[in-house]
Amino acid sequence: MRKRLYRVLVALIGALMVLLVGSAGAAQATATPPPDATAIQVTLQDEANKDAQGNPKPISGVTLEVSKDGEKAGEGVTDAKGVAIIVVQELGKYTVTLDEKTLPEGTVLDESTKNEATVHVRFQGPNNRAIFPIGVTAGEKSNFGKDLVKNLRAGIVFALVLCLAGLGFSLIFGTTGLSNFAHGELLTFGAVMAWTFDQIFKTGALASVSVLLAGIIAVALGGLGGYVQDKVMWGPLRRRGTGLIAMMIVSIGLAIFLRYLFQYFYGSSTRSLSQYSGQQREQHWYYLGLSLADREAIIVLISIVTIIGVCLWLAKSRMGKAMRAVSDNPALAASSGLRVDSVITNAWVIGGALTALSGVLYAMQLQVNSFMGMRILLVILAAVTLGGLGTIWGALVGSMVIGLVYELGPLFGVPTSIKEIGPLLIMIVILLVRPQGILGRKERLG
Amino acid sequence: MDILDILRAALQQALGPQAIVFALAAIGLNIHFGYTGLLNFGQAGFVAVGAYGLAVSVVTFGAPFWLGIVMSLVAPLVLAVILGVPTLRLRADYLAIVTIAAAEVLRFVFGSVEMKDTFGGSNGLNGFARPFQQANPYSSGIDLGIISFGRNDLWSLTVGWILVALCCVLVWALMRSPWGRVLRSIREDEDAVRSLGKNVFAYKMQALALGGVIGGLGGMFLALKQASVVPSDYSTLMTFYAFAALLLGGAARVMGPVIGSILFWFLIAGLGSFFSQSAGEGGWIPSVIMTDTQASVIRYIVLGLAIMLLMIFRPQGIFGDRREIAIDGR
Amino acid sequence: MDAEMTEQTSTTGPAGLVGVSTEPGSKKPDPIVVADNITRTFGGLTAVDVDHVEIQRGAITALIGPNGAGKTTFFNLLTGFDQPNSGSWTLDGKSLKGVAPYKVARLGMVRTFQLTKVLAKLTVIENMRLGATGQKGERFWAAPFKFLWGKQEDEVTKKADELLARFLLDKKREDFAGSLSGGQRKLLEMARALMVDPELVMLDEPMAGVNPALKQSLLGHVKSLRDEGRTVLFVEHDMDMVRDISDWVVVMAQGKIVAEGTPESVMADQRVIDAYLGAHHDTDLSELDEERLEAEVEAEIAQEEDAK
Repeated sequence: MRKRLYRVLVALIGALMVLLVGSAGAAQATATPPPDATAIQVTLQDEANKDAQGNPKPISGVTLEVSKDGEKAGEGVTDAKGVAIIVVQELGKYTVTLDEKTLPEGTVLDESTKNEATVHVRFQGPNNRAIFPIGVTAGEKSNFGKDLVKNLRAGIVFALVLCLAGLGFSLIFGTTGLSNFAHGELLTFGAVMAWTFDQIFKTGALASVSVLLAGIIAVALGGLGGYVQDKVMWGPLRRRGTGLIAMMIVSIGLAIFLRYLFQYFYGSSTRSLSQYSGQQREQHWYYLGLSLADREAIIVLISIVTIIGVCLWLAKSRMGKAMRAVSDNPALAASSGLRVDSVITNAWVIGGALTALSGVLYAMQLQVNSFMGMRILLVILAAVTLGGLGTIWGALVGSMVIGLVYELGPLFGVPTSIKEIGPLLIMIVILLVRPQGILGRKERLG
Repeated sequence: MDILDILRAALQQALGPQAIVFALAAIGLNIHFGYTGLLNFGQAGFVAVGAYGLAVSVVTFGAPFWLGIVMSLVAPLVLAVILGVPTLRLRADYLAIVTIAAAEVLRFVFGSVEMKDTFGGSNGLNGFARPFQQANPYSSGIDLGIISFGRNDLWSLTVGWILVALCCVLVWALMRSPWGRVLRSIREDEDAVRSLGKNVFAYKMQALALGGVIGGLGGMFLALKQASVVPSDYSTLMTFYAFAALLLGGAARVMGPVIGSILFWFLIAGLGSFFSQSAGEGGWIPSVIMTDTQASVIRYIVLGLAIMLLMIFRPQGIFGDRREIAIDGR
Repeated sequence: MDAEMTEQTSTTGPAGLVGVSTEPGSKKPDPIVVADNITRTFGGLTAVDVDHVEIQRGAITALIGPNGAGKTTFFNLLTGFDQPNSGSWTLDGKSLKGVAPYKVARLGMVRTFQLTKVLAKLTVIENMRLGATGQKGERFWAAPFKFLWGKQEDEVTKKADELLARFLLDKKREDFAGSLSGGQRKLLEMARALMVDPELVMLDEPMAGVNPALKQSLLGHVKSLRDEGRTVLFVEHDMDMVRDISDWVVVMAQGKIVAEGTPESVMADQRVIDAYLGAHHDTDLSELDEERLEAEVEAEIAQEEDAK
């Protein structure tokens, strides 16, 4: 299970994980029997070049020089395991310098490490280590095309999942005018419910369709959750005439309440759904040069079908048309005989279900965590703002753009651990030049 | 169960440095939200840049301490302009959306591995607070019977509460002036204010910047008190603690955020202590219902509930008069 | 009744408007506002399409028309609260194109709103003080120091109190503006606009929702504005008011100006009657109250015809 997760994560988080896992791996490699003297042990590994177990390949034959206060104190060459042990005379601070000319062809030092490392020799014995993570940049440079495909794939999957959540947000925003800051938690709710029911089904007779069943139940519960929310809280508040600002604050209170309620019951650890924990081999499918694992293919298929379904429903059905009418002009819709309240309830149900579905798919692709909603909410907000707050088509376009930017950003210099920066910058720029969003109308800015 | 222990924990927090940080953050929010009606969901971001403004200048760039203090006031100002220019002409939601996103992203950036050289990564930065500690005139701590503060804390508290008092005086002086009148009018109806020839955008920007700088003061104080800055301190929770404190004490009142912050920490620390004593080993709540870890989460659940219920039922704060409240719940 | 006849009835007019032609967009002897080719569309709907209009200085001009004629939109465009798709307009010869609403107000064109915008959580006197222009205490750096603005504040308060007394609101001085009745809010909004000392006062439906007892005093106030030398432009449905106090009437229908003239001539104008009757079928059902008003208007016009 860990390995499967790891593989997905590497595709997503790239260099950061490589660094973390890499350094952990380096610490374990104490293969050469230590000589009795005080020494510095240096391990060289090629992080970009891993064997079947995922361990980085050692680099041999590299010359290392150790100096203290500018004076040379020793020299060594790495062996077949990538380890060099350089004996020094006394404790203190040493500088290990790597001779880059002796590196094998095609291996380059990581940008963030120089060809020097500082080592504090604090103990007698050979356990004073220096680590040179090597080859991360080299790997990226030579494989830009491959990474592009990888990130594009992740981006498309993420964008479609985002679309569902964005649609949910827009339906609710359009009919009620409320920017629901608890929307991320509705997504978490879907994921958490899917995980819970997956746990129930996975051992029984239904194990083969466990995730499917759990997903369906989670989506239904998401819709129910939307209904209950509207009936118990938002409806009464609306009828009382509560202002939008007050409602937004209530929604943030709800977000915190739900987030920690999830944490109360599910803890803060990260979980995966049973059938996609990476134990099984997955078949890969090839579309337009993109290879999708069957799990990803399922996600893409479900998302596209749902999005098309919802769009058709909005365009053709009576309730869908009513919903668009209410989004357009609630007062006019009310005066022309629409029952605005029931339209809004419908929007909450559909929005809740869509968002829960988005959470289920997200859980399939990555993992379940009590806090996932908060982080995704930022991206959802960027997406709907980009498309134009409250416009259905805008939410779709915005989500596609932001989803791709989110995943492709790292290829163009956005640090991977803070991929949210790309979407946020786009959001701020779009507010500056076209505040109504790509597809919004100016009158909405109010 | 030790009632005295719970009371001690509660009082210690209610008068301690935490209450000061959140009082400052809430005073800033009060200018934004209580007086001007700006919905800033990213006050934590302003607090964070206040703290990092000091730490980064001194630690990363080797600037002198006084310059660090100046930077910690300038940084929130800059953030206010960056966030205000695109959003303050638009409806209230846009500011809320952009600020909450910006605050989170700032925290990610400060904690990111890639920017470790500048911001210190998830371990943060330290080693900038020596001049502050050296200025400590006290030779020993203070023991008030039920609660006590050490020498360093006592010095922090003195400085902190003086800062809070100064900010309150400033807010009081500003809000009785015609300038304050314009802010309160903008909260009520900005088109009306526009129609009378006032540059609403400029006033909103001034309010956003002033509230942000006061929030940044909170960050500066936190950084000095802890002698370190750590990104995890500045999560969205910080913003909503401040919101809860403000709503508790009553928005659009000079002392509202201060009273609110003291009260809030009294309650939250009291609750935390109560549940940590009640759950786990030797507590009366069986661990099937609540474990130690779960007990530590309760306070956040209560926080969320408190924000919702206060906003719905008592938007004027616990002591407030409904007719005068800033933001009408109805 | 034909166009020729309306020409004849309008050869006289008050306040420097004697002899002005009643064709839409006619030249005025001393215009304060001149607007050209102003259009504003919402989606596919053209809300305003005004070729040329001039507003006479020192007169009371009424802007009337059926619902959806674009009167309020036109108001919003003139005052900078909305931006037109095309066109240019000037106040005292200065172009107002693209000028922010607060600058328009500072130039001397101050408006009120159809739905009154009083500042509910401020007292009546605070509402009034806000209106004063050039207050030193409204600058951030001066604000904390009362000695810098205290004296000016006293002057502002004195002026505000005088206006409150004139508008019979002095008894409500310390009440929250939110506690006032609809009519009192209209009065307060008008009084507050006068704190700016505007040259041109733009009133958007000053009579809507005002009880009959207050109406007379409101009428008096509007007239007194003209007597002080200010120009008044107002949108109104109440034909009594239009006939009583306006010197000149501009009629809009479907975004265009269809007729102009003295109240008497306009009410007899076939184009105006067509505009109102033609608009009948488009009446917006959501605004029942206005529909009732409109019915009244039609009745008035019918009466006029009978009288002829």
